[in-house]
Amino acid sequence: MSVRRLDPVQPESFAFSRANLSWAKGQLKKYPKGKQASAIIPLLWRAQEQHDGWLPEPAIRHVADMLGMPYIRALEVATFYTMFNLSPVGEHFVQLCGTTPCMLCGSGDLIDVCKKVIGPENTVTADGKLSWMEVECLGACVNAPMAQVNKDYYEDLTAENFEQILADLRAGKKVKPGPQNSRHASEPMGGATTLLDPSLYNGKGRSKSATSRTRKAPTAKTKSPKASATAAPKLMKTPRKAGADDLKMIAGVGPKIEGILNGLGVFHFDQVSKWKRAEVAWVDEQLKFKGRIDREDWIKQAKALAKGGEAEYVKVFGKKPR
Amino acid sequence: MLADKDRIFTNLYGLQDVGLKAAMMRGTWDGTKKFIDQGHDWIVDQVKESGLRGRGGAGFPTGLKWSFMPKESDGRPNYLVVNADESEPGTCKDRDIMRHDPHVLVEGCLIASFAMRAHTCYIYIRGEFIREREALQRAIDEAYDANLIGKNNKHGWDFDLYLCHGAGAYICGEETALLESLEGKKGMPRLKPPFPANVGLYGAPTTVNNVESIAVTPTILRRGPSWFSGLGRPNNVGTKLFCISGHVNNRCNVEEEMGITLRELLEKHAGGVRGGWDNMLAVIPGGSSVRCLPGDTCNDLHMDFDSLSALKSGLGTAAVIVMDKSTDIVRAIARLARFYKHESCGQCTPCREGTGWMWRVLTRMAEGRAEKREIDMLLEVSKQVEGHTICALGDAAAWPVQGLITHFRHEIEARIDAYAANPDHDGAVTMQAAE
Repeated sequence: MSVRRLDPVQPESFAFSRANLSWAKGQLKKYPKGKQASAIIPLLWRAQEQHDGWLPEPAIRHVADMLGMPYIRALEVATFYTMFNLSPVGEHFVQLCGTTPCMLCGSGDLIDVCKKVIGPENTVTADGKLSWMEVECLGACVNAPMAQVNKDYYEDLTAENFEQILADLRAGKKVKPGPQNSRHASEPMGGATTLLDPSLYNGKGRSKSATSRTRKAPTAKTKSPKASATAAPKLMKTPRKAGADDLKMIAGVGPKIEGILNGLGVFHFDQVSKWKRAEVAWVDEQLKFKGRIDREDWIKQAKALAKGGEAEYVKVFGKKPR
Repeated sequence: MLADKDRIFTNLYGLQDVGLKAAMMRGTWDGTKKFIDQGHDWIVDQVKESGLRGRGGAGFPTGLKWSFMPKESDGRPNYLVVNADESEPGTCKDRDIMRHDPHVLVEGCLIASFAMRAHTCYIYIRGEFIREREALQRAIDEAYDANLIGKNNKHGWDFDLYLCHGAGAYICGEETALLESLEGKKGMPRLKPPFPANVGLYGAPTTVNNVESIAVTPTILRRGPSWFSGLGRPNNVGTKLFCISGHVNNRCNVEEEMGITLRELLEKHAGGVRGGWDNMLAVIPGGSSVRCLPGDTCNDLHMDFDSLSALKSGLGTAAVIVMDKSTDIVRAIARLARFYKHESCGQCTPCREGTGWMWRVLTRMAEGRAEKREIDMLLEVSKQVEGHTICALGDAAAWPVQGLITHFRHEIEARIDAYAANPDHDGAVTMQAAE
């Protein structure tokens, strides 16, 4: 439970805009006759949106009147649910997740950024642009640490990029929501390890009855439609006698991709290091990760690994391979 | 490892088109009419036979739950309510279903509602998921436009699907609190009995199911219950969305076979524990509400309901929170205690007072500013909270604390010793907990 009180400074009155009023009437249709109180949360939320992000007392009364509810019932709802801001907030209202999964991934640093850039919690900056509060789990834990600013989630934050986001928002610049690293959504960093089978997406893959628990790795024979710009590299049926190299040492290659590469007939660093443009394009198509090979420069990595193993890799890249 | 062909959520990451047409290409809405034509009880039987257990945390058999709904109406309508109030720390699976694979859920809502003879279904999504709400509403509108749902739809079962939202209350994930909230009240859980299947939303028979439970049913019907029950381990079958957060190299959501070992799960998909498997201090295997397990007990740990409850933990929502050896575990659990203190609805005294008390004591313990006998007192108080409240939030608040004391008592004691040995602190420790 948290203590939540109405703001001492309240506006004189509140009324829904015409557009919001007709929207509200539409909401009431969702519920059976006599149960219109069900619409109170969406209506209060819309009132808060209309009123610069916070909910004044006249708005609570206005909504209660619309729904035929006693004021006290509406006040109970407004003070119970923590997304209703009972005091003014900044134009960009930052809700920073501080619960354990985000805390483990460094939300403490983000709190420091907020204190530095915005000031104390629940205080609006002098220019009215920003305010922040620490909230409980926002449900984006695999993209931790994260924060919500108004409607959008900003994920995979670091102190640096978070500070930049706050600065950009304050300056009125557009900021891309979602993960702030190269991830698209909740897939593992470096690319998905699952859902790589193209037949899932061309309408052929869904067998309606039987199940196949073993999936054939795509063979080198699978011709891609854009064969002109692509060409299969040299492939091997089996690894050399000394055994296959650990392709996972290449940053960007996980167990899943290693499996696919092995399935294609790629087992050794020197194979990867000799790929030409068309061959990179071919492998790229097999992997279904547009541009991964170039983005992470597998070829340069493989060259180093083929030449002198880990030691050479450290020399070239200044860090150990994974 | 589960083959891609056996995955239900084929657009989990949103790398494909989210629209209806693309969803149909992936198999959604394929043969739905055929299932409806086989009748209400056939669907319930199929789901029973598949062995599906609820994906919201408790693991109650879904088909059995559906069968509690009255078959003959006494004048009151039946309702299906989908619980999309995903707020359990560590959990973010339903979010991906709703923003990336919403049509799977919409189809599931129709099928489940038909099975339970409900013409109306409400999806209650948490208020913070604003973009997810927009995505799901788009999908619902598309389904209405294509006449897949609505009055006189092509499946021959009049069906209305409404999306409603909350406004930031974890407790509304509890089914009766959710119903209260949906009725426009504070989200305070109701006493049971009567159970929602008798007296639920607006006093009418209601079933509340998790998003994932509903969304997997169309595929179960399409592929057959034996396909689903053939995956996983006995009594713990099918596929499951896992959310892997905390100290792993690549945090991610992934759909895997139920009963996969923790080690395989982390190493195949999450790039392993940061600093290697042996660097794992502890894991919370099922969202914040279950007891944590020390790393060295996890070597052959199967991720399913029964294996984890045998260890006095639980699969919960399958949200795996990994903590490596750099973690201050006392502080991490203290932060969870703060979460429960914040989210207690205040209805029952043991929870309202107990959650705050446990948080304050744990915060002191994290600094070492406590006495050793307070550890037992904390354990005792957590047992006073557990089982003495209307809903399970009291239990959920108590279990992480109990897990900490069971497995990491030595950590707390070391902390207290270190504090006591420090000559700089001001004065003797008084036993504040008792005051």
